[in-house]
Order: sequence, then structure tokens, then C-alpha cells
Amino acid sequence: MKFAVLVFPGSNCDIDCYKAVEETTGEPVDYVWHTATDLSEYDCILVPGGFSYGDYLRCGAIARFAPVMAEVAKAAEQGKYVLGICNGFQILTEAGLLPGALRRNTSMKFICQDSKLQVVNHTTPFTSEYAAGEEITIPIAHGEGNYYCDEATLERLKANNQIVFRYSHNPNGSTDDIAGICNERGNVVGMMPHPERAVSSILGSEDGKRMFTSILTAWRDQYGAATVG
Amino acid sequence: MAQQLWAKEPTAEQIAEQQIYKQMGVSDSEYELICGFLGRKPNYTEIGVFSVMWSEHCAYKNSKPLLRRFPTSGPRVLMGPGEGAGIVDIGDNQAVVFKIESHNHPSAVEPYQGAATGVGGIIRDIFSMGARPVAILNSLRFGKLESDRVKYLFENVVSGIAGYGNCIGIPTVGGEVMFDDSYDGNPLVNAMCVGIIDHDKIQRGVAKGVGNPVFYVGPPTDRDGIHGATFASEELTEESEAKRTAVQVGDPFMEKLVMEACLELINSGIVLGIQDMGAAGLTCSSAEMASKAGNGLELYLDQVPQREQGMTPYEMMLSESQERMLFVVEPQHEAQAQEIFDRWGVICAKVGKVTDDGRLKLFHHGEVVGDMPVTALVDECPVYYKTSAVPAYYEQNAGINTLRYEEVTDLGAALKKVLGSPNVASKAWVYNQYDHMVRTSTAVRPGSDAAVVTIHGTRKGLAMTTDCNGRFVYLDPEVGGQIAVSEAARNIVCSGAEPLAITDNLNFGSPEKPDIFWQMEKAVDGMAEACRTLSTPVIGGNVSLYNENAQGAIYPTPVVGMVGLVHDIDHITTQAFKQEGDVIILLGETKAELGGSEFQSVVHGVTEGRPPQIDLDVEKKLLSSVLEAIQAGLVQSAHDLSEGGLAVALAESCISGGLGAQVNVVTDLRSDIALFSESQSRILLSAAPDKAAQLQEMLVNNGVPAAVLGKVQGTDLVVNVNGQRAVSESVNELKRVWEDAIPCLMN
Amino acid sequence: MIKATVYVTIKQSVLDPQGVAVRGALHSMEFTEVEGVRIGKYMELTLNTNDRNEAAERVTEMCEKLLANTVVEDYRFELEG
Repeated sequence: MKFAVLVFPGSNCDIDCYKAVEETTGEPVDYVWHTATDLSEYDCILVPGGFSYGDYLRCGAIARFAPVMAEVAKAAEQGKYVLGICNGFQILTEAGLLPGALRRNTSMKFICQDSKLQVVNHTTPFTSEYAAGEEITIPIAHGEGNYYCDEATLERLKANNQIVFRYSHNPNGSTDDIAGICNERGNVVGMMPHPERAVSSILGSEDGKRMFTSILTAWRDQYGAATVG
Repeated sequence: MAQQLWAKEPTAEQIAEQQIYKQMGVSDSEYELICGFLGRKPNYTEIGVFSVMWSEHCAYKNSKPLLRRFPTSGPRVLMGPGEGAGIVDIGDNQAVVFKIESHNHPSAVEPYQGAATGVGGIIRDIFSMGARPVAILNSLRFGKLESDRVKYLFENVVSGIAGYGNCIGIPTVGGEVMFDDSYDGNPLVNAMCVGIIDHDKIQRGVAKGVGNPVFYVGPPTDRDGIHGATFASEELTEESEAKRTAVQVGDPFMEKLVMEACLELINSGIVLGIQDMGAAGLTCSSAEMASKAGNGLELYLDQVPQREQGMTPYEMMLSESQERMLFVVEPQHEAQAQEIFDRWGVICAKVGKVTDDGRLKLFHHGEVVGDMPVTALVDECPVYYKTSAVPAYYEQNAGINTLRYEEVTDLGAALKKVLGSPNVASKAWVYNQYDHMVRTSTAVRPGSDAAVVTIHGTRKGLAMTTDCNGRFVYLDPEVGGQIAVSEAARNIVCSGAEPLAITDNLNFGSPEKPDIFWQMEKAVDGMAEACRTLSTPVIGGNVSLYNENAQGAIYPTPVVGMVGLVHDIDHITTQAFKQEGDVIILLGETKAELGGSEFQSVVHGVTEGRPPQIDLDVEKKLLSSVLEAIQAGLVQSAHDLSEGGLAVALAESCISGGLGAQVNVVTDLRSDIALFSESQSRILLSAAPDKAAQLQEMLVNNGVPAAVLGKVQGTDLVVNVNGQRAVSESVNELKRVWEDAIPCLMN
Repeated sequence: MIKATVYVTIKQSVLDPQGVAVRGALHSMEFTEVEGVRIGKYMELTLNTNDRNEAAERVTEMCEKLLANTVVEDYRFELEG
């Protein structure tokens, strides 16, 4: 299995994602520049956090027009795994790969702290190694993580089991305590919390590890490659 | 020599006749010297260039004699003061690079941008050495958190630091914030950056190789911050508000791109010299790079990228537009360098050439518009030995008995009062706005004694802290200076690290005043002695003077930024109690010392008397013993006793561990003094029951007083003094008081 | 040359945290008559065209694509010159 970590001007969690993939899965991973026009060799694409293009205009608004994003859309279409974390989540909503939008936190302040999440949907390729309803600790670090969607969209998210994580204590005003969602097919996930920051006890939590190992398991299941790697 | 290219600029004659140089902070005698060096009268551009190069900010003309008193070398020091930042060896071909710098005056006028660009500037100092910045810290001072103005400054300084650090993706892992009336109108914003580098990648800001091209990197120059360096060397007045143009605007996104591109350039191995454009922009970077190589430099100002039309040489040379760098490569590497910056979308322009004539020559529209000897600019600024006099307040304080206050009997209430003081209270309101986890190496987050970041690919870590108790330094600058360094070292050791070296930020009032200069002199002496005793040389720093307003000077605040080496991540220790049943041990001696304490300030409403005394040899013994115990695996938690003394240290260890404690303090002192004295060289440890005896024996053998106070137990903090109940509070309640204090004041 | 002035605001149906914060601040300063505050963005675009219809069409497209996020934001613009 091969991972890509996208790098936009202003991405700053790219290195963290790269290290997390390497350490938790042992699978090959490449940094892929925002100008890339071919993602065909990758099975999973990580859109990392940071401040792409300085978050100028709106978070993710400019990044979503980078050449690589057309390829991300293509990969999503093909059923490949796409995970957007923090700014990556913002980019995926701006690109229309996930519904809704992220607004300023209600406190109007950037918030960096551990957050307790409830795993709402443990059947996605990214969450299969969690138990249903399990509470996990994953840090958040954002100024605009206040998820919004209209009523109809929310109903759809609920009906299709697209809400992947909810905050146990809503830190930012998110609609329905939403911390992460997936597309209808379940292969594209966006979340504000940073699983790549919770992959070893020395960092304070190991609860994020299973997101990465879930992806590998899902890939092996899909390709019948359980003994490979 | 072109004279008066711009009608609005005064001629060399007018500058002399109307003494226009004085508006730029150049004295009559300095002007005479400059004329001597040039062999003629300087034109407007030249006097501008001299005025910033000869400002306190660039030349340290008032502080140099004092800075020479610091020990600056040691077996691990790879680079001492003089470059962008100092460098210390940490083994395995790696080194740590760090420096602290102030942005006090800009932050007083425009707090968000002032603080943000302060962070941006110190980050450039680190990556211009070739290092990857891995952490940011800060040290902040404000007036009491009561007036709207102070709240506004506090709120915006914090969000400015957050805005810059979060965007560029370097974790802000630690710092300190204190509130005191003396900083009203004169906030202090000191930012520190720490980086990691391989020995063979270390860069210097030198313009090497005659004939080599000089490149400008970063956004176009505009009229931002002209005369920022001279601005920082003046007292704040009401006119400062009108000088808002002297405040720069930061663009962390641009800096991120400049940083990545510069690090890539450096890693490619083709850079001969590189330096950031900080204070005094193009002027200071070009003159210093030429000076360090013993060369000259020509700058072709038409080639300087410009955001505004019609900029004059004076404006280009003095602009402090942010996120800019200057570097030198050999001509055959030009294209390679250009390609790197193109890929990152960063402007890179050839603006000059290294020469052998030792002169800084400026060309504009085909004419020479400035021609100055580099040595005159960099080395010949006169150094002033200011007069020093013992201030009256210091004499008066000698006679004040700090034990005369009536005994406080409700010690639980007193503890809550001290815990709820913004100086002691939880700073989560501040550091939760900082991304302190990005780069996934933060092993100890803000809120413990020192932050620790791990070094990827090794089992090592770096502990880092900023410290200074300005009240102690005010009451006795020499002792206060010793305490500042010692407390920093104590914080480093409590985190499980060996103290390596310090960077200092000397924040004082006006050196023209003899009693202020006395504070500077004594504080430096105290710090220097502590650095020598504790083997932590000064590898760089910054001086911020004239921190005064109509009400007077700030407390003398020589902030110490210290970095320590964690030899193995298993040694990492925090202040939090870990386990029910662990034995609590107090190291050091508690004396009747309330002068300058938080208790004295909060409960009795005064800051007076003499501060706690310190014996540096005792401190050294304490630190080496505690580090030895931690490295031997005998210690569960370690916490330095500082503001609020033993009572606060116990409460903080309980709160951060979410556990209670039962202790009995045996003492000859009055209960309130025993619990709130801020005697130095004390550390609170906890140890597993099966290791406590061994730990105590080791400490006693090393000559460190170690008293078993009790154990970690239950959900309440219960403190007895000589068997009498003094405090009994639920940890949850203490936590609430401690956590809510700052948010309540800010909402 | 045509100057386009674009205003982007948070939709009425969407909570505007900045607006709420500013309203609170105004109230605490005793500007109690302030019922609501909506905060938005103001942008000036200079267009190298003299065709107003074309300009209007192009600016609409710019707003839909980039300048506003129509999930949460409304936009309007004025053309001058």
C-alpha cells in the first residue's frame, strides 16, 4: 500500500502525517507537491493540516484550486481513501468532496488542546479498528473548526451514517457536535482533530494510531493482501 | 557623488546646519565622528544608515561594557554571541540553536502586529543559521489585568504570537506571563526560538568571496517600520502612537515559504553567507555581512524589489519590511539558487556584489548615493560608560522588616487568593491559543516547569524555559539576577534535563538614569556569576532599554531563556503527582523570606524589603543531585518552588496530577511564612514508596536537605504545620480557582 | 477599466461568531440599540474591460468559484466605471 501526503504552500502538518504513517503502518509514503497531476500510484491520500496559502480569503479556499486537487477528486471517485485533517478537512469541504463548511470557533480564538471524541461510525475504512461509540482522545488545534451544514444536509449525514466523530464536549460550536464526517461512499473522511498527533504515549495519546492501521487493514481486505506487507 | 536626489530630502549642509541628525538619535559628537570617518558631511541616506547602525538596538552602545561581563564560552559552545543566534553542541553531530529577542515598543503601540513580527524576527534568526526551528517560547509582562487597555494589550499580544507561530507551524511550547503595575503602558514581549542543526550545516552571516553576487529574498520592500531600530531605542511618549508607521506588518505565510526555501538552499550546500533582515533591514544585514568577512559590499538599489513606487535610497535602506533575507553564493550557483526560490514562489533578486574595498556603496539610478566605510558602521560606534548610582529605594528597603505583617490564619483562603492571582493562576487561556503540538515532538506541554521537545530519530530531548522574577530584581538586582538564572536551571532540571546555556533579554528603563544603570550593572553581575557557577554560558541575547513612560521605569526584567538536554526520554519528568501513595519530599531550606513574594503582593498589597537570598553553591548541589536522582529513575514528579512558595507548589502538583496530598510541615517558622515564603533552591519531589528511602539517602549523602512531608493521597490537599491543620481544600476547588482566574478577568 | 466592489457576508441563517462577539462588545460599551452585527469581507477588483455585462458575468463566476463559499456566505457586488 502506498500513501501520499499532499504539500501545499503553507501546509505544516505534512511532516507529522508522514511520520505517523511511517511509524504506525510501516508502509511507503511520499510527499506530493500541490502541482502534481498524477496520483495514480497512491492508494491513500492525506490532505494535512496547516495554513495553506496562509488561510487567506477563507481556509482552504485557494488550495482547492491547486492542480493536485483535480487528481484528489479523481482518486475519491475511484474509491481510493482520502483523509483530510484540519486544514485538509477545510480544503475537502471547499472542494465539494465533503458537504458543509467550517466557520470560526464560537470563542473566536484558536484552540489547541486534547479533545475527547466519540467514534460514531466505526465502519469506515478509517475507523474499523475502533469500537462503536468508543471514546478516544485526539488533540485539536484550529481557529475555524466550527462545522456547519444546513438542516437537510444534517439529516442526510445522519441517515447515511456519515458522521464519523462527535466531540464529547463541543469546543467550537460545531453543528451537532460534529468533529469529522465522511462522504456517502465512506472513502473520503474529513476531521478537525489531529490523529497524527496522537500516535505515541510520549505525545499524550496513542488513540490516533488506529486510524492509520485501519486504513491499512481496509486496503488489505479490499485487495485480499492480508499476508503481504 | 550625487547630492540631493530628492527635493524633499535635506542636503548634507542642511543636515549639519539644522542638526537634523538629532531627530534620528545621533548626538553632536557622534555626528562629528561620522564626518571624520567619511571625510565629509553625510548625505541624508548616509546619516540614516549611520543612525540605525549606531542605535542601541544594533550597536549596544550603552550595554556593551556590561555584556562583556557574561561568560560566553564553554566546552559545548559552538557559537557565542555575535551571530544571529548562539549554538550549543548536543552530541551525535547535532547542535541546538537558540535566541531571545524583544519586541516591546512595537507591541505597546500595535500589540497584534508587534508581537507577531517579534515572533517572525526571532524565527528568521534561527533558520538563517541553517537550523530547523522546533519551538517557540515567550516571556510577557503587562500591567495589572484590570484596565481595558491592559486587557486589550494582553489579548492582542497573545493572539499575535498565536497568529504567527500557528500559521508557520512551529509549536509555542512555553513561556511566562506576569502582571504588575510597573509594566502598565510598557508591556514586555520577548520571543525565543529554538532550532536544531547538524554541525556541518552551520551558517554565518558573511559576505565571502570578492566578486560574488548578493541576493535579496522575500517580499518587496515598502515603507514599513522605517526607523524601527531607533524607535526601539527611545522612551515611549504620546507621540509614539503617531509613529505607527514604525510598526511592521507580519506575513507568517510568506515567512513559512521563505524559511522552507532558505533551508533547502542551505541544505544544497551552496550558500557562502546568509543573514536575516531584522532591525534596520537592508542596512544592518549588508553592513554586518561585509564586516564579518572583512570585505565591502555594493548594493544596486534599483534592483531591490519594491512594493511602492518612488522609494528613495533612504527608505529602502531603512525599511523594516518583514520576512526578508540576504545571502551570498558563487556566480556559478546563481541559477540553482534562483530555481529553489522560484519553486517556493518566493522573490529572489540579485541586488549587490561583494567587493574588496571595505566600503558599503549604494547605487541608485546609476549614481553613487552612499559610500561609507563598513568598519565605521559596524565597529566604530562609540561605547558609553554610563554613571551608576545606588537608588534611594534600595537603601530604604534595607530597613523594612518583611515579617512585621500580622499573621494570616486562614491559610486555605490565602492559598486560594494566591492561586487566583493572575501571576500564579493557570495560563491555559494563553497557551491553548498557541498550537503547542505541531511537529509532534512536544513531550511536555506548556504548564509544567519546562517544556520538553523530543529530537526525532534519537532518544534525546530538549527542555526549555523562560524565567525572570522582576520583583526580586527590582528589590535587589544582583540577587534577582542570580535567581533568574537559577530558577531557569531549576525548571530545566525538574524536567529531567541538564542545563546547557542561556540566552538573555535585558529589559530595563533608561540607561541615562544612574539608578537604572545601577540596576543593569548589578543584574548583569548577578546573572554572570550564576552562569559561571551553574556552567550555563550566555550564547546570545538582546537588550531593550528605555522601557519607561511618564509613571517611571519598568521593574528591571532580565529574562533568562534556558535550554537543557534530556539525555534519554525516559528521564522526562513533570510537576504532576503521579500515583496515590507516592512519598512527597521537600528539598532545600525554607527561611522567613517574604520580600518580593506573591503572598506579600497579593495578601499584603506591597512589594518591599529584600528578596530571598541565594547561595549559588547550594543551588548547584541541589540541581546536580536532583538530576542524578531523576536519571537514576528514583523520581516520579519534580516541581520548582517559586511564586507562592510551598503551598502553591503542592497545589500545582496536585492539580496537574488530579490527585490529593496529605502533608505535615515541621518548622520553626510561623505557618503563613512556612507555606508562602519564596526561599530559593527548593524543589518538591515525589517518589514511589519503594524508592523514597533510597532517594532520600542519595540526597542527604549529597548534602541536600530533604524532608519527607507526606504522601500523595485522596482528592483533597491537606496541609498540617507542626501537626496543626493549616489547609484542607478539595483539589477540584483549588483547580477551579486556579483555572478560572484569567478567563474570568478576560470575559 | 471597471472597478468591482465585492461584499461577502455570512448568510443570515448561519451564525456569525465574529458578529456575535462584536455585538456583545458594543452592548458592553452601552451601544444597546445594536440589534445585530454581521461581519463580512470587502474586496476591490480592478478589471481590464469596459464591458459591464461581461464584467458582471465574470465577477459572478469569481464569487461563486472563489471569493465566497456559498455554503455559508452570500455575496453581492457593484460595478463602477
